[in-house]
Amino acid sequence: MSTLVYINSSNGLHKSALEVVTYGKKTGDSVTVITTGNADAALLATLGAYGATKVLVDRSVSGQDAQQLTRVIASAAESIGATTIVFSHDLIAKAVAPRLSVRLKAGLISGAIALPSADGTVNVNVFSGKAFGAVKVNSTVKIISLLPNSIQPEAAGGSADVAEFNGNAGSTSVKVLNTKKPEGEIPLPEAELVVSAGRGLKGPENWGMVEELATALGAATACSRPVADIGWRPHHEHVGQTGVAIRPNLYIAAGISGAIQHLAGVNGSKVIVVINTDSEAPFFKAADYGIIGDAFEVLPRLTEAVKKFKAASH
Amino acid sequence: MKILVSISKSPDTTSKIAFTDNNTKFDENGVQYIVNPYDEWYALVRALEIKETIGGNVTIITVGNAADEAIIRKALAIGADDAVRVDADPTDAYYTAMQIADYAKANGFDLVLTGKETINYNGSQVGGMIAESLDLPFISQATKLDVNGSTLTLEREIVGGLEVVEVALPAVVSCAKGMAEQRIPNMRGIMAARTKPLQIVAPIAVDSMTTYVSYTMPNAKSACKMIDPTNMDELVELLHNEAKVI
Ligand SMILES: Cc1cc2nc3c(=O)[nH]c(=O)nc-3n(C[C@H](O)[C@H](O)[C@H](O)COP(=O)(O)OP(=O)(O)OC[C@H]3O[C@@H](n4cnc5c(N)ncnc54)[C@H](O)[C@@H]3O)c2cc1C
Ligand SMILES: Nc1ncnc2c1ncn2[C@@H]1O[C@H](COP(=O)(O)O)[C@@H](O)[C@H]1O
Repeated sequence: MSTLVYINSSNGLHKSALEVVTYGKKTGDSVTVITTGNADAALLATLGAYGATKVLVDRSVSGQDAQQLTRVIASAAESIGATTIVFSHDLIAKAVAPRLSVRLKAGLISGAIALPSADGTVNVNVFSGKAFGAVKVNSTVKIISLLPNSIQPEAAGGSADVAEFNGNAGSTSVKVLNTKKPEGEIPLPEAELVVSAGRGLKGPENWGMVEELATALGAATACSRPVADIGWRPHHEHVGQTGVAIRPNLYIAAGISGAIQHLAGVNGSKVIVVINTDSEAPFFKAADYGIIGDAFEVLPRLTEAVKKFKAASH
Repeated sequence: MKILVSISKSPDTTSKIAFTDNNTKFDENGVQYIVNPYDEWYALVRALEIKETIGGNVTIITVGNAADEAIIRKALAIGADDAVRVDADPTDAYYTAMQIADYAKANGFDLVLTGKETINYNGSQVGGMIAESLDLPFISQATKLDVNGSTLTLEREIVGGLEVVEVALPAVVSCAKGMAEQRIPNMRGIMAARTKPLQIVAPIAVDSMTTYVSYTMPNAKSACKMIDPTNMDELVELLHNEAKVI
């Protein structure tokens, strides 16, 4: 059994990359990683610690075009005779994995949240996290796209062979004109800690206290849909059924009522803290820890407590 | 400009999610179906806006059974010109995509739009599969879409940011929030929808590549622990020692 793992190495090795290599290691005998771009070979070799024996890198493409990336990953899969191909379920996987599924006639399990079960099925999130489905693949080759933060990376030591690879990417018809990357922000889907706020915060000028708590914790920020709709916060922060679905270790929600469509995107969180003035807010039913109180007072207090804790534990 | 918009049904977002037949089937009892929000609010409305500025035709396609004609009529009432229903149960994303790709191939479109994902299976699969099958470029999760002659200018979400890209037509695009604003159908649209053409086509033979074997519900949360709003040190202590998340 040979497993191919695709990782995006364009901004170093993210935790999500280590997760998929670990996942690959646990599903197959030998793990080969395929990546593109200019990542440093010494850095890529460190993936050996997570179970990769070999890293193939095609430096001719950047990975911005799904069509090219599909060709490269397909050639890598064919060259090693991969029976399982693993992605991290991010924006690249959402564009490339379905294409690869058609190209290789390989069933795609998208949004996996666990390792395959004994019967070969893999659990995925369905109904925006309101339920799980056990999916079986009917083809010989299978593709699994793993939701970030579903398993912990495990390092055992060892180093991988890094080899240049020509995946015959072919031409591209996509021209990138401009890239806007916010500095230093943690991408929401990958964040382990998230601080989120809703309409209870009254206006965009009050987000300072949300950001301060997020900074103190090292968390990403998120918001409810109306807040993004009115333009208080950027669209990419909107979580829920029609926004981003997240499963962080900790989700702190301040001034969010907990409507079913909001819960759908966050109820995979391991621990939920709710801060709301209304003791009847539906969110408390989904919470692990609840604070009935005014976010304007509780958030700064919590930020102070976190800072004190961090200072003491260092 | 000939535009094909794929639309799917999805349970109303407030639907109670439950399963029957030993947890192998979604319980449709009492479930109201709506047009999948991404397909309706973004893909369809943007297609209509493009048609209104540069002219053309907007066809909607759904893979589903006769009961799904309600969502087809809704999309026609919003303004699509005509509709196609592939008369089959959409057994998986691959099966669905192959049906749509086959129709698109035979009828020739400049642009195929899908939603970013269905809110029931959340697979984000169908659009990319259509694109590969048609051997066309695929721009996924676009938040902006403009047509300039024979090229498209798009803004799309990328890992941790945004990217502005240009691509030549024909192309397949999956549509995300930001691309357009929801439109409420008016009386005239609803009346007109009744007489707009709806073509029913037989499915092509395709084997599904995946099967949903069973479903489970998440474990119920244990009772919420209430914390004194003036004692945030206690919360931090619990998050560290009890929940072990910080
Ligand atoms: C098809 C559809 C899809 C949807 N998708 C989504 C989605 O993906 N994500 C999403 O979030 N929503 C979604 N919604 C909207 C959803 O139904 C709710 O309307 C929305 O989540 C409410 O946002 P909110 O909690 O911020 O605001 P509100 O419902 O207005 O709640 C504000 C809360 O703040 C509390 N509050 C007020 N002042 C304070 C204070 N000083 N301190 C603390 N608490 C305070 C109030 O008690 C209240 O509970 C969707 C709706 C539909 C119909
Ligand atoms: N049964 C269907 N009929 C037509 N289009 C569909 C169907 N299922 C999914 N789609 C389209 O494919 C997109 C992505 O769906 P999915 O891959 O299921 O997340 C949806 O937003 C629709 O535009």
